[in-house]
Amino acid sequence: MGVLLESKNISKYYGGIKAVQNVDMTVGEGEIFGIIGPNGAGKTSFFNVCTGNLQPNGGEIWFDGQKITGLQPAQIARRGIARTFQNIQLFNFMTVLENVKIGFHIHEKTNIFDALIHTKRYREDERMTQERGLKLLENLGLSENADTLAGNLAYGMQRRVEIARALALEPKILLLDEPAAGMNPIETRNLSDFIKTLRDKGHTIIVIEHDMKFVMNLCDRIMVLNFGRKICEGVPEVIKSDKEVNEAYFGKSTTF
Amino acid sequence: MIDRIKKLYTDNKTIFLIAGLAAMIALPFLIVKGSVMSIIVKILFYVILASSLNIINGYSGQFNIGHAGFVLIGAYTLAILANFGWPIWVLYIVAGIVTAIIGFLVALPTLRLRGIYLALVTLGFSEIMRLVALNWTALTGGPMGIKGIPSPWFFGLRSTAPHNYYYIVLFFVVICLFTSYRVINSKVGRAWMSIREDDHAAMSLGVDIRKYKSINFMFGAFWAGVGGALMAPFYKFIDSSMFTLDEGFNILSMVIIGGQGTLVGPVVGSVVVNLTTEIFRFADEARLLVYAVLIISMMWLRPQGLAGTSKSVIANRSIRKSKQVLLSKLSGKKEVK
Repeated sequence: MGVLLESKNISKYYGGIKAVQNVDMTVGEGEIFGIIGPNGAGKTSFFNVCTGNLQPNGGEIWFDGQKITGLQPAQIARRGIARTFQNIQLFNFMTVLENVKIGFHIHEKTNIFDALIHTKRYREDERMTQERGLKLLENLGLSENADTLAGNLAYGMQRRVEIARALALEPKILLLDEPAAGMNPIETRNLSDFIKTLRDKGHTIIVIEHDMKFVMNLCDRIMVLNFGRKICEGVPEVIKSDKEVNEAYFGKSTTF
Repeated sequence: MIDRIKKLYTDNKTIFLIAGLAAMIALPFLIVKGSVMSIIVKILFYVILASSLNIINGYSGQFNIGHAGFVLIGAYTLAILANFGWPIWVLYIVAGIVTAIIGFLVALPTLRLRGIYLALVTLGFSEIMRLVALNWTALTGGPMGIKGIPSPWFFGLRSTAPHNYYYIVLFFVVICLFTSYRVINSKVGRAWMSIREDDHAAMSLGVDIRKYKSINFMFGAFWAGVGGALMAPFYKFIDSSMFTLDEGFNILSMVIIGGQGTLVGPVVGSVVVNLTTEIFRFADEARLLVYAVLIISMMWLRPQGLAGTSKSVIANRSIRKSKQVLLSKLSGKKEVK
């Protein structure tokens, strides 16, 4: 199992606030890797550094054997890192299918002149996005909503659309920022199953999540952040029994 | 009511388009008065200009309010080169290309700007272009403008009369709307709309924002240039006072009143605004009041514009159609298995 995504000594400061401090992480191919931590622990900042949305103050990110720090988000996406956002960022005034179609952007070869005279390339691209888009929506149980405006969907469904859109990139690694937020227990379980099937299909997945049950059941390995520092890393059992993690979540135990 | 009309239109689109085009072609035979005809030609000019601005403002969500600057470049390119004896038909396209190049140059430094900052830059650009046209006397005739711009040959006739020139403009209007339609329903159009909706999400999906914003600016500028170039031979005379900021706002108001981000919007906007201007011409300057009331009530009652539905209508329609086709295919396959 080769290393797919690796962060070396990553730091991110907002002025004097140290959001992420010297975090090392290695994610292997075919793994479901969880990142947990209390609110404000720096999870999302760390995520944004990985996807190029933020530039780190120190450290390097390596993906698939290449250094990707300093690249633009779009370039990183093209290398095979797809992501979803904590506060869902769908194209609200476009339909669900259209949202997914934009996910296929990097696989389309059409340029403006192809579009003008409807060359073979254009027709193939349109057929490809249409068929694969609908198939993807079917996989995520969104077929019926294909031509609903994304902004009009229920919260849980919007999450799924966002995942569908990210999957359209056919990424090597998928970064999910709180995918179960706002979902009911049944939806959460379905999501968990779905993420496992993605892993079985060969995707590598990193998940940020608050729902402990969700993370513990789903992830192969977990990293815990607190105040920007990594305090623990390992399989779920290790995390559960780790003293520092429990302190971070529940406070220090005192003996009377 | 507007929604009902739109539904009627989408359900019978082909019939409407053919009937509409036939009516447009027959129009000069029905209208005898040259003055009325020239108002119609003017409406068509603005259809092109508003559509081109709509490409920039409506589809990629940039905020360009100095569109008159691009129109000026198109008009002056044609006027200057026509005096060197270039054929007018070629010049329409050349003017478009020159304007697109200028559009690219404007887009380059402004790619990182959005909203009000981009608006300020385009506003400045428009004003600079006007001042250059006003002061570079050797090239542009300065305050005297350029006179005697020849009309193109059209079926062996010099097409000076509005009744003839109408067909040339109509031809370009059709091409403009057609090309816009095709580009918008493609990877490029989807990328534009994704930038309009949420540029961070677009980036995370691998959309090269700078590239698509500049393509967008160039495409919009191209048609603004062609629109400007079409105006020059019709009026036979251009000077810098035709391309003031007011002109830019005028085009912008057509886009807003008609409905941003829809193809028909600018057409509707151009008709409504130009007719209002002509109907209230007797009121002279006071007609601007009518105009203001119109814009304010639009903002109040129908912020998405007359033709807008606050969603990408065009895309929506095509999806529904192709989805039906595909679903029937899929279900067919299942039955075979």
